[in-house]
Amino acid sequence: MSTIVLDRVSRWYGNVVAVNDVSMTIAPGITGLLGPNGAGKSTLIAMMGGFLAPSTGTVALDGGAVWRNPAIYRAVGLVPEAEAMYDMITGWQFLLANARLHGLPDAPAAARRALETVDMVDASDRPIATYSKGMKQRVKMATALVHDPAVLLLDEPFNGMDPRQRLHLMDLLRRLASEGRTVLFSSHILEEVEQIADTIEVLVAGRHAASGDYRRIRRLMTERPHQYTVSSTDDRCLAAAIIAAGAADGVSVAGGSIAVQTSDFGRFTHALPRLAQESGVRLLEVDPADESLESVFAYLVAR
Amino acid sequence: MNPVVMELTVRGLLGRRRSLLLVVLPLLLLGLAALTRWASEGSINASSGLIGNFGMGTLLPLMCLLIGTGVIGPEIDDGSIVYLLAKPVPRRSILLAKLAVALATTVIFAVLPIVASTAIAGDEDLRLSSAYGLAALLAGFAYTTIFVALSVLTRNAVIVGLLYALLWESVLGGYVPGVRNVSVRQWALAPAEEMLGFRASGWGVSSAVTMPVGLSLLAVVVIGATWWGIAKLKTLRLAAAD
Repeated sequence: MSTIVLDRVSRWYGNVVAVNDVSMTIAPGITGLLGPNGAGKSTLIAMMGGFLAPSTGTVALDGGAVWRNPAIYRAVGLVPEAEAMYDMITGWQFLLANARLHGLPDAPAAARRALETVDMVDASDRPIATYSKGMKQRVKMATALVHDPAVLLLDEPFNGMDPRQRLHLMDLLRRLASEGRTVLFSSHILEEVEQIADTIEVLVAGRHAASGDYRRIRRLMTERPHQYTVSSTDDRCLAAAIIAAGAADGVSVAGGSIAVQTSDFGRFTHALPRLAQESGVRLLEVDPADESLESVFAYLVAR
Repeated sequence: MNPVVMELTVRGLLGRRRSLLLVVLPLLLLGLAALTRWASEGSINASSGLIGNFGMGTLLPLMCLLIGTGVIGPEIDDGSIVYLLAKPVPRRSILLAKLAVALATTVIFAVLPIVASTAIAGDEDLRLSSAYGLAALLAGFAYTTIFVALSVLTRNAVIVGLLYALLWESVLGGYVPGVRNVSVRQWALAPAEEMLGFRASGWGVSSAVTMPVGLSLLAVVVIGATWWGIAKLKTLRLAAAD
């Protein structure tokens, strides 16, 4: 059982602050590091993996420093976001090289086991250059698992995977976590994170915006009123019908569209088509105005 | 030194398209050597002119640039070096393994072709070939070590190295008196000049520095660049995506 502790960690590049005063503890189980692109997730993972020194603060694995300490890689497996590998060799040769670099007593057996875990045995005699993005992702995963590490750090591991591979990896991560490993993965897709993570750490613009059980974070998000922009063939008529039916908390008509605010997402989306039909109005466009992950994060930060 | 790192480095260096240049450039020198022999009827001065100017001045630094930047630069650029760095292997072993591959490649693809070309173009009892072989070996080690360290230090190692190799070593180092004193090529020519003795000046092999100075400066450069490369690899910052 291993734990990573970040204590008031900041990292800046010149005048740009990538990570700002973040403290968190990554304990055994699956932790999802969630944040929009550019939030500083990769920078944070690079610091946890010992590839970047914090500008201030400390990152420790089981009490020991990770920066300039290659010994941590006996306990840490890393899946980098970068796709590049040693393209000229086969998957098998690459895994074997990784096992040998770890100094494992039976490197071929470890390499085979890792390839089996990610279901890449059949394609392992092909050069890596011929692999699809999803296959490369699985080989990257195998290299992180080859030495049976207690900690796994995965930077956007679901990128480029098809739905089947995604489910397979989710099952694998669940299994690894159930064996007592500490698994941290980053993603900018909320659904990915909430499907498997026990704990979510939310990062926005380098700051630690929320932390804890995903259900609690999700509830915080749903408390917030939803906003929609609707345009139709008769905005005034439709707006009146929405208000009369009590399908929304607030409606305003301006600039050729209706701005709707509702705290009950389900009630509004079910009522809208019916109201439009009853009023003889054609809906031209229905746009959630603040459903992007960024706005959800902004809401969390504002709280 | 780590044998797995060496193996991956050899595959990486020879598996890329630019490794073709490692064969083409020495072949060019061998071709020119044959042409020189035919045109000058084996004149030692013509042979020395070709090897001293083109071989030592242009081909050798260029080959060392290709090799030195090729053993580690591409992996740092594309981020695949993370698979070597995320292992419980001292960074020193990683750099020394890569340096060993680079130096062996330099001997095979640059030093030996220079020796062979000298012998083909015109020599007397292999005296000139041995002298240039020694100079190429020493200069090759220094250049390659410098370029390996440069690759760890900057992502623009090829451009910086090219400017250094062509402008400083090849053009300025050949003619400008002040620069000649601080040129790897001149330092490496000092033992060659010493080796040839009284024949050196007649065959056009001369160095701007004495042998003890040349050898000392070469040692300082090789040890310094190696130390620098290791220190930089220990704190190599891998580019984060955001």
